[in-house]
Amino acid sequence: MSRLAAITGAALAKDLRLEWRSKDAINAMLFFALLVVVIFSFSFNPTAEESRQIAGGLIWVAFLFAAVVALNQTWARELRNQVLDAYRVSPAPASALFLSKALGNFIFVSVLEALMAPLFIIFYSLRALGPTWQLIPVSALGTWAIVVNGTFFAAMSLRTRSREIMLPLLLFPISIPALLATVNATTLILTGEASAKVWIVLLLAYDVVFTTGCLLLFEIVLHAE
Amino acid sequence: MKRVFPILGILTAALLSYALYEALIAAPTEQTMGNVQRIFYYHVASAWTAFLLFFINFGASVAYLIRRNPIADAIAVTTAEVGVVFCTVVLVTGPLWARPVWGIWWTWDVRLTSTLVLWLIYVSYLMLRRFSSSGQTPLLAAVLAVFGALDVPLVYFSIWFFRTQHPQPVIGGGGSIDPRMMHVLLLNWAAFLCFAFLVCWSRYRLERLQKDVEEAQALESMVQPGGTR
Repeated sequence: MSRLAAITGAALAKDLRLEWRSKDAINAMLFFALLVVVIFSFSFNPTAEESRQIAGGLIWVAFLFAAVVALNQTWARELRNQVLDAYRVSPAPASALFLSKALGNFIFVSVLEALMAPLFIIFYSLRALGPTWQLIPVSALGTWAIVVNGTFFAAMSLRTRSREIMLPLLLFPISIPALLATVNATTLILTGEASAKVWIVLLLAYDVVFTTGCLLLFEIVLHAE
Repeated sequence: MKRVFPILGILTAALLSYALYEALIAAPTEQTMGNVQRIFYYHVASAWTAFLLFFINFGASVAYLIRRNPIADAIAVTTAEVGVVFCTVVLVTGPLWARPVWGIWWTWDVRLTSTLVLWLIYVSYLMLRRFSSSGQTPLLAAVLAVFGALDVPLVYFSIWFFRTQHPQPVIGGGGSIDPRMMHVLLLNWAAFLCFAFLVCWSRYRLERLQKDVEEAQALESMVQPGGTR
């Protein structure tokens, strides 16, 4: 177990260092999300009351699209110089590689969310009427739901033609329950109409099911030849 | 084998026409909905057929992941394709019925939405099969089918938290149905199953033939590396 953690940590540290120096993924994601926010903002132009109702959906659609930008680049770096082949022949467990990539993406998307949240508050004049602190577990669970399957499907679409298009085509249908839960939980917290607990439990179940599935099946996908 | 296929085809055609007669003429007219209700025999029969095919697809995908058997993969691709067709029939006949009865084409009800999401998942499955390079297609598709199956209960529960408008299931849902209607429905389902089996069978044979041709071509190019092709 400690070996798994050590390998995961090493691969994660490498990815974070690379990203810190190049800032490829985060810059592209940030600018993309900013564009989505601006376009949504003047195509709807809602009042404060309306924006509480629709902001949950807008925020998560923007984050989902931005996450796809980062997820598409997850494995691109490993293809250059045949790094992925080196992973394949190395004795390191495949699940460690997957975990490090998923955690890396989780960190990138979370940073994006933290940076974009103030913009949403400004553009949509948001003020939550429900328990605001619940937004933190909701966004953590929702982000993990997108990222864990996204990392997995990005590895799968490496083997396809036009892989950049393939990722959202695979990811979106499977993510519908997670998105529905995240958007509804966010809306309920913003409007304060009812408790968001049911949706948080559903998100938790989704995360547990798919994290297990990804970890178990990743080895097959990595070695698919 | 070759003789069985046309015989089965004729039998299926006869059964389908008899079921059509039963559904459109012989079955009693529903009291409140009138003749619109008759679409039910196609809608429900297609739905059951589609779900059965998707279930077989899941079983074949798991079998492929365990045994790496090309037959399992051929069954998986066949059932997915035919299942998507039947699921499309369900999604088209549903709104046709809902418009006069409910007054709306579509509602985000649990059964409608889960069927739509299932359809989306299987369309993405077919897209993956189409876009991936041939050697890895079966494996990736099987993995995606497992993911889709994991998703189904989550889809169902996530939409269940909204209200449900769809009529209760006819079987085991406490709903009551005229036994004559039930008889027609089961007859239609049997005819649809025969038809689905027939289509699946020819698609399966096509898939196997295609694999054989690919293998033969690969073998040929190995035997004469400089040969003209």
